[in-house]
Amino acid sequence: MKNIVALILAGGQGTRLGVLTEKIAKPAVQFGGKYRLIDFTLSNCVNSGIYKVGVLTQYKPHLLNKHIGIGKPWDLDRKDGGVTILQPYFTEKEKVWFSGTADAVYQNIEFVDEYSPEYVLILSGDHVYSMDYNELIDYHISKSALATVACLEVPLSEANRFGIMVTDLENRIVEFQEKPQKPKSNLASLGIYIFQWDFIREVLISDAKNPESSHDFGKDIIPKILETSRIFAFPFDGYWRDVGTISSYLEANLELTRPIPAFNIHDKNWRIYTHSEEMPPAYISKEAKIKNSLISEGCEIYGSIENSVISQGVEVGKGSVIKNSVIMSKVKIGDNCYIENTIIAENVIVGNSVKIGVGEFAESKLNSKIYNSEISVIGMDSIIKDEVTIGKNCVIGNEKVVDFRITLESGDYIY
Amino acid sequence: MRVLGLILAGGKSEKLGKLVYKRASAALPIAGKYRAIDFTLSNMVNSDIIKVGVLTQYNPRSLMDHLGSGKEWNLDRKKGGLYILQPYIGLNGQYWYRGTADAIFQNITVLKRGEEDYVLIGSGDHIYKMIYNDLYMYHFTKGADITLVTKELDESYNIKDYGTVVVNDDMRVIEFNEKVDNPPSRRAFLGIYFINKHLLMDLLYTIVPDGGYDLLLDVILPKINELKVYAYDFKGYWRNIKKGIDEYFRINMEIIENRGIREELFYKNGKVFTKLKDFPPAKFTATSIVDNSVIADGCVISGMVKNSVLFRGVVVKAGARIENSIIMQGTVIEEGATVKNAIIDKDCIVREGQTLIGDFEPVVLEKRMIV
Repeated sequence: MKNIVALILAGGQGTRLGVLTEKIAKPAVQFGGKYRLIDFTLSNCVNSGIYKVGVLTQYKPHLLNKHIGIGKPWDLDRKDGGVTILQPYFTEKEKVWFSGTADAVYQNIEFVDEYSPEYVLILSGDHVYSMDYNELIDYHISKSALATVACLEVPLSEANRFGIMVTDLENRIVEFQEKPQKPKSNLASLGIYIFQWDFIREVLISDAKNPESSHDFGKDIIPKILETSRIFAFPFDGYWRDVGTISSYLEANLELTRPIPAFNIHDKNWRIYTHSEEMPPAYISKEAKIKNSLISEGCEIYGSIENSVISQGVEVGKGSVIKNSVIMSKVKIGDNCYIENTIIAENVIVGNSVKIGVGEFAESKLNSKIYNSEISVIGMDSIIKDEVTIGKNCVIGNEKVVDFRITLESGDYIY
Repeated sequence: MRVLGLILAGGKSEKLGKLVYKRASAALPIAGKYRAIDFTLSNMVNSDIIKVGVLTQYNPRSLMDHLGSGKEWNLDRKKGGLYILQPYIGLNGQYWYRGTADAIFQNITVLKRGEEDYVLIGSGDHIYKMIYNDLYMYHFTKGADITLVTKELDESYNIKDYGTVVVNDDMRVIEFNEKVDNPPSRRAFLGIYFINKHLLMDLLYTIVPDGGYDLLLDVILPKINELKVYAYDFKGYWRNIKKGIDEYFRINMEIIENRGIREELFYKNGKVFTKLKDFPPAKFTATSIVDNSVIADGCVISGMVKNSVLFRGVVVKAGARIENSIIMQGTVIEEGATVKNAIIDKDCIVREGQTLIGDFEPVVLEKRMIV
């Protein structure tokens, strides 16, 4: 295991998460009560015994950088290896930003070369999954592959949302289809790749010289290297979620609250590590009623919580009801509120008698591509004052103030 | 000004019975995720003390495991940091610590070598939140040689279990009564001393070799007229778990019952730091009923929990009932079991349908027991 380096691509904006990723990178978005998305990939690395990790950042990295720090929570503060944050830089050739996933790795060839690894593992910092990478590595070795792509079987009807791998009987990839209308297979790429470093190093160098390439692993690199006939698909059948949209983000959170969750974060043999603030245990009052929910440390709960994920340091006042919602850390919710199908980002203050997620669905007046469900989203650091009513599919931006008794119809926004 | 922190954490605390068979009282888990020593240790760190010595003697394993390198308290440092001061065998013989003064005297090198001017001495068994900076200022304003932290105890404390001081109008200590019935004052000494380091060293060198082993009774009190010993008045919440299982139980219950106490202990004047355990958030299933309780991370609750403290990783299965109890880390209460007025130590299992009910005194289940 000494000769592998993992590179986590964490530079994406995650535009489809709308207001949630306006101030922070997608890998820094909170998930599952006390985690941020990148914790799952970082924990997979250390749980798989991989301690040489590079995190490639680009979009609004401050919170992400602070979260990762020197990697202490993951035992990645090490003398040999550990975690390194790789930010875009420029040289005398004036090249600045990472223009695609492959370009991001290309620009950090020197970092990988330092370790002279045999393998390099390319991961994405914004997926929620648990995977023992040893299985992938063993598979890669057993196939004498130059590259192996982790794949998940998806329903054929959804195959048009993914990069699809068409394989032969030995799982050798023979064709790659990017978001195909007529998929020839249902094996979707998870954006998790393992490469022989010597091999991919040369490929990246030649791809960088190709002006027609968009420098993306899925679009450019994989199709190009198929001709070697040594590219394999690793069939993964565990839990994996791309929480790239508002509704998939909420759904994946609520999945954790199910009686037998698809992904058991309470598994003692596969701990998820995170950098979290020191807080006392949660207090649940006499008036509180909690069903099918996750409640984190530092909470003071006086209201009712149903099918929801409540992060650290949240207060819910008397008579308030929260259903099917994700409430991020340090949100304060007053008394007698009703909140349903809502995502409330960090540090929001909600007054008394506020209703969110009521009424009938209406199309978003802000952006119907991003906001296309019944879910309302409140951006971080916003203040919602007493007796405000907010409908379904509404958006409140970051750091906004919604004044007393204002009513937002479904689909409305304050941005 | 630099202050050296010393925490006395070696005591045996017989009154805590089974809870301290295998641990020092300073390592006793409390309030859902902490150990008793976390409070004094965090207070020191929150008061800009960067060098802390912890004096241990009785059953130190779990305490050592808890403290580790001190990184949770930001005490893994090049300058200062955490010092574990255990009894040792030296050239001149081998002695257990024979008292508080002796314990410090045997480690006098730490005092000698340090750059600190003052020493703050606290105890690992006390549950309170205090920023000591006010105490320092008080000490200077009074021109004191030694300042003792004191508190006027109300009727909820059994005063004959505490040492009390009588002060004059200027708050100078003129009399001390060690655990007597009907003392002349209800102002108790809280076991927290602030003292000039060189004065402390002089006193120890003079008195300990002649057999005076207790810091208060043998070292300070005989000189109460010569030294300017002042009482600092602490008004906040303060309790000592060493007073017994009842007191330990009471502290946990007070933390549940009183939001003011939770705010004072956990949110005001800095945080209480403790060892990180990486548990996920607590999970409440469809059958859970939780009423007036403190629930730590990692719990999975399907049964009923009322007026109780659940530590990290406790599992309460469907149909189980827990009332007025303290359940420590990793314990499992199986289907249909009933637990009432109980303190259940770490990693126990209460089997399906079993009953564990304490009456007047809480029943205590030792670590790793299965009933």
